[in-house]
Amino acid sequence: MATILTKRLNKELREMQTHGLPTGITIVRADDLSEWLLSVEVLGNTLYEGEKFCLRFEFPHNYPIDSPAVTFVADDKWTAPVHPHVYSNGHICASILGPEWSPVLSVVSVCLTLQSMLASCTSKQRPPDNDKYVSHAPRNPKNTRFHYDDDTV
Amino acid sequence: MSDDAISDYYSDEEMEYNYSDPEQDGDDADLENEEEEDYAQFTPAVLGKRPLPWEVEYESLEPDKLREIVNKDVEHVAGIFGVEPEIARALLRHYKWNKERLIEQYMDGPERVLAAAGLPAQSGLPSFSNSRSLAATKKPATKSKSFSCPICASTQPGESAMALPCGHTFCSECWEMYITSKIKDEGECDVRCMEEGCAIRIPTAWMKKLLDSHTYARYQELLLAAYVADNRNFEFCPFPSCDLTVMTPNFSPTPSALSTTVPTVHCGHGHTFCFGCGEQQDHRPLICAVVKMWLRKCADDSETANWIKSNTKECPKCVSTIEKNGGCNHMTCKKCKHEFCWVCMGPWTEHGTAWYNCNRYDEKAGVDARDAQSRSRASLERYLHYYNRYANHEQSARLDRELYAKTEKKMEEMQIASELTWIEVQFAKRAVDELVRCRTTLKWTYAMAFYLEKNNETIMFEDNQRDLERAVEELSELLESPIEPMTITELRSKMTNLTVYVQKRNEIMLNDTAQKYQDGAWIWNVSVPDF
Ligand SMILES: [Zn+2]
Ligand SMILES: [Zn+2]
Ligand SMILES: [Zn+2]
Ligand SMILES: [Zn+2]
Repeated sequence: MATILTKRLNKELREMQTHGLPTGITIVRADDLSEWLLSVEVLGNTLYEGEKFCLRFEFPHNYPIDSPAVTFVADDKWTAPVHPHVYSNGHICASILGPEWSPVLSVVSVCLTLQSMLASCTSKQRPPDNDKYVSHAPRNPKNTRFHYDDDTV
Repeated sequence: MSDDAISDYYSDEEMEYNYSDPEQDGDDADLENEEEEDYAQFTPAVLGKRPLPWEVEYESLEPDKLREIVNKDVEHVAGIFGVEPEIARALLRHYKWNKERLIEQYMDGPERVLAAAGLPAQSGLPSFSNSRSLAATKKPATKSKSFSCPICASTQPGESAMALPCGHTFCSECWEMYITSKIKDEGECDVRCMEEGCAIRIPTAWMKKLLDSHTYARYQELLLAAYVADNRNFEFCPFPSCDLTVMTPNFSPTPSALSTTVPTVHCGHGHTFCFGCGEQQDHRPLICAVVKMWLRKCADDSETANWIKSNTKECPKCVSTIEKNGGCNHMTCKKCKHEFCWVCMGPWTEHGTAWYNCNRYDEKAGVDARDAQSRSRASLERYLHYYNRYANHEQSARLDRELYAKTEKKMEEMQIASELTWIEVQFAKRAVDELVRCRTTLKWTYAMAFYLEKNNETIMFEDNQRDLERAVEELSELLESPIEPMTITELRSKMTNLTVYVQKRNEIMLNDTAQKYQDGAWIWNVSVPDF
């Protein structure tokens, strides 16, 4: 019997293929049901003009009941955007990825939220505790208890 | 009028509050009995009895009794507002069980308060009776025969759709998985609608319908835990597997209260803990914040101080190895018969008459230190002086108990051989219980002395400490004396008298320190943060 994860991801994939993806978002890799990569560009006149980032989605077995682990890829090919809510290791402090996660959200809606988070950025800088956090961060950002002080994301 | 509608929606509720988990009660029973024997008799400052100046009033509550108290609050508010108990409970939860504030704000504008607490408001919502029937019978939310759930992406028969009063409709399986995950994985009892940004609460009737019995029991536990967490006057017993709660109706562990009071309490299973910081021991007379500093310091300095904890030392005279096997500090070397004090290693003869040498640190040595190296050495020695005595009482309390365990068997035999009744041979048990209690006090007085600025009060403090310590060592020594049928009556009266005396010395110590906390007479030699 197909699990909720399989059914749901297959549906999301089907919808992306039939309806297409929102502007600035493309699939880099989505060929299995454990990890997807999507690229995100912030279009128009923003601080991230001309930059392209890659989001990694890792799905728990009971996705979408439980939230996916979402990070910006930070390796020799990709870098994480410089943003007050993004750590240099790619971890993102956004409440929809934590306590505000809702099972009605999807891969595309998360991409859109993060795209608009970047678009509305007014000052390119790392979180103030970046170095301290990155040196002690767990591999999975879901094991971090972020403190959400900004209501906009 | 929607109050009725709300009532309808949540009306399944009332019986929930009498819930008890029979399985769990059974499991714990065995453990309790085993543990109980290990704990000292205590004289709790139970409600109704006027507490001594150094005690707080408290009551130990069984889980059922706690539920009863929660229900009383709930029913009180439900009565005032004229709503169903579950509405009242959710409102109280939202207001962190601050009844007064809730009542005030509800009277001001019930709609706003209800919405903020994630409860259905008065207008613009689907009919509640309809929702209720959905919850109860899982009738379809829509008229269509089949229903496509946006979460699990599956098409299902219409009757599996379930909608909350907000109108958000998903399949029963998704609701079940979601609620179960919130309760089991996140320990969350306030589960809200699955729709993004929707704050409507899942009613308890749904929990009951959808959850398996294990998860539902967990949900009930979480409700109680939330109540205890929100209420300053309630704390769970921190001992593993203990299900009791302690309530202090007249004491709130605020930072200012904890700067002058050490709220030691005992749960009904005999577990002693601090109501302020959760330490699983009585740390009187030292306040929580300083206890925390001291424990951290000890952990940091453990390498340096480890040798002191060791059970063996060398006789200062003939250098043969001596093992400590009782709590008493009066050591006699088996080989050369030299008598000395285990703590300071000085000859015992000096202690009999002038014990002061052993509890008071000579600050002069520290003052004399000229260069940085000897100053740091002096500061280490000062710490070791106090740590040594602190650790020694901790260890001795354990050894006193071990010794008693050996004695106990002998006492039983003797009871059979002599005229004494079982009650009459309990004197040694009472002595050892008191001894352990007093050693715990002494232990913390050494940590306290380490942080106290020297003044007239500390001289008195150290005098009390010395008197208590001397009495304790005397009793400890008496406990080591051989028990013979011929002398047991004499030993009994001696030990009983000394136990009473030791208890009195302990009360003097606790009373004096408590009094001076109230007077603000204790000056710390470091800055002490709020707890
Ligand atoms: Zn579903
Ligand atoms: Zn909703
Ligand atoms: Zn307990
Ligand atoms: Zn404490």
